[in-house]
Amino acid sequence: MISQGAKILLEVRGLTATVAGIEILKGVDLTVRAGEVHAIMGPNGSGKSTFAKTIAGHPAYTVTGGEVTFDGRNLFEMAPHERAQAGVFLGFQYPVEVPGVTNSAFLRLAYNTVQAGRGGEELDPLEFDDFVREKMKLLDMDPGFLDRSVNDGFSGGEKKRNEILQMAILGPKLAILDETDSGLDIDALRIVAGGVNQLISPDNAVVLVTHYQRLLNYITPDYVHVMESGRIIRTGPKELALELEKRGYDWLAEEARVNA
Amino acid sequence: MTVARLHNDAMAWLAPDAHELPSSPLTWLNRLRSDALERANELTVPTTRDEEWRFTDLSPLIRLSFQPSHAAPALAASDVAPFEAPEAVVRLVFVDGIFSPALSSNGVLPDSVAVTNLAAALKTHGEIIEPHLGHLAGFQDNVFTALNTAFMHDGAAVIIGRGQRVSAPVHLLFISARPETASYPRTLVIAEEGAEAVIIEDHVSIGNGVDFSNAVTEIAVAANARVKHVKLQRDNVQAFHIANCSAALERDAVLSSCAVTLGGRLSRYNLNVAQQGEGAQCEIDGLTLISGRQLADSHTMIDHAAPHGRSRQINKCIVGGGAHAVFNGKIVVRPGAQLVNSAQESRNLLLSGRARIDTKPQLEIFADDVKCAHGATVGQLEPEQVFYLVSRGLSESMARNLLTYAFGAEIINRIPVPSLVERLQKAVLEHTQVAS
Repeated sequence: MISQGAKILLEVRGLTATVAGIEILKGVDLTVRAGEVHAIMGPNGSGKSTFAKTIAGHPAYTVTGGEVTFDGRNLFEMAPHERAQAGVFLGFQYPVEVPGVTNSAFLRLAYNTVQAGRGGEELDPLEFDDFVREKMKLLDMDPGFLDRSVNDGFSGGEKKRNEILQMAILGPKLAILDETDSGLDIDALRIVAGGVNQLISPDNAVVLVTHYQRLLNYITPDYVHVMESGRIIRTGPKELALELEKRGYDWLAEEARVNA
Repeated sequence: MTVARLHNDAMAWLAPDAHELPSSPLTWLNRLRSDALERANELTVPTTRDEEWRFTDLSPLIRLSFQPSHAAPALAASDVAPFEAPEAVVRLVFVDGIFSPALSSNGVLPDSVAVTNLAAALKTHGEIIEPHLGHLAGFQDNVFTALNTAFMHDGAAVIIGRGQRVSAPVHLLFISARPETASYPRTLVIAEEGAEAVIIEDHVSIGNGVDFSNAVTEIAVAANARVKHVKLQRDNVQAFHIANCSAALERDAVLSSCAVTLGGRLSRYNLNVAQQGEGAQCEIDGLTLISGRQLADSHTMIDHAAPHGRSRQINKCIVGGGAHAVFNGKIVVRPGAQLVNSAQESRNLLLSGRARIDTKPQLEIFADDVKCAHGATVGQLEPEQVFYLVSRGLSESMARNLLTYAFGAEIINRIPVPSLVERLQKAVLEHTQVAS
């Protein structure tokens, strides 16, 4: 929901970043306000996932230039876990399996750590159990998930639901969901998208990183950005996604080259 | 009767006053002891020139001397309380190898089940014991087993009669209490046809004395019987612990074995599983968690001697400080043992630049229609896993501790005794905080 004058949550100016010495982000500009849903689309290798991971602070990505403020603070002065505590959430394209740690223990630890960081109240195991079960209903998840090791042996759909469950529990101000739709069948996609929709509020913002328009049938973006070669080359309303679905990305890249 | 004596000087350091063999009214037992003594006199203490002991130098042990334990120090119930497992139906406590009825506890067991000290069991179940004791754990090539067999005067006996299922665990608690003492824990488990049991063989220390334990365990699993054997070695970090465990599995028998090694300055665990009957199965789990200057060596051997056998093994080591872990996992498939399915995995985590692990899978396959998979990894924590946790608000050190804990918890969680799982999980957490 676009509301002029809403608080700016994320402000990215001229962001450049490298992986193993290769420049992937070549000057990204983006402004995200509270209450907004943004979609970043683009072909494979355009830098979408790199952007998402750079904001979250993945150690493999080196920021070489530009400025990013999150909720009024310099993002790069915050360690990755401090960003999470401050309200940045990354939904992983490939959620990592952690055998040996039960989902319930992990979720509670994450919740309580983030709560402690925010000066909020921590929950004991019984209180947390009630809390998490309520959140699991959003995603139509079986309580049996809680006793399983984190993502261990989960199907693609289960892993993605678990990501959104974490988002629901941590209550981020800014959720960047990296290819959350990949590997989902249509039923799972509907459930995951439904969960995200229920979490959107005037106080938070969601950035969907996606290759396909499909997800945007279920989560309506306020803005669609096209990323190409490490830059956002076009920003438009949600209809832009439909046009991309029809025409692909090449014409935009061509236009960008002509304009340059 | 001639008094046989230990005249091999190389052994004198082990138990200087224990040269005289115990004697029994059972002639077969006396013969077993004297055969074992004869063999002990012929064998030598292995050195690092022996392939099987390449990484484990026993010279620090040889430089020390130990007293044999004739009388156990009196311990209070409160000394034992921290080691109790409330789930256990029976607890047998041995202090420096000597049975302590006062510290033990008895539960209600079916008539055909006996859980008692070996000396008592020999009187009531001598005929059942005779074919197994000293026969499963061969002492021909093993000086430690030979010494244990020669000088065993007591031990733990668990006999589960045909078709009996004892679902609550049997807790065998071996306590090292007096410093500079050598003890010879001995355990015999006999599961008759179709029987089921959970046995916890638990080695602990009270105090920080330098002790030496030389333990031998024999497990006979008859047709269709199922035994879960949990071996915990949580001695203090000054202790020397050498243990040999041999199991024999008959047709469709199942053995689950979980060995957790936390303590000991120097420890060695040899586990031999002989799958003698068709369709026998074993699951062998191992976790070694050491730091400082500890050395822990684990040698396992799964011998598939019959067709249709299955074995699954996962061994993990978490090594911090300047510690050194050794794993040698041998799997033999004998001629004619067709359609065996065996999988072995050795996974290792190094927490410091000075930590060391030597891991060696060893397959010897003499049948042509078998499936044997094995793999070994040695590494640090996965950066992607660390980042995943950090992205959820955990600091990097919390994330590392949690992942180290999880690496070990995967094994610990398979122990079917919740109170032990909880206690071991705590030990892993403490260890990770110390080691990292």
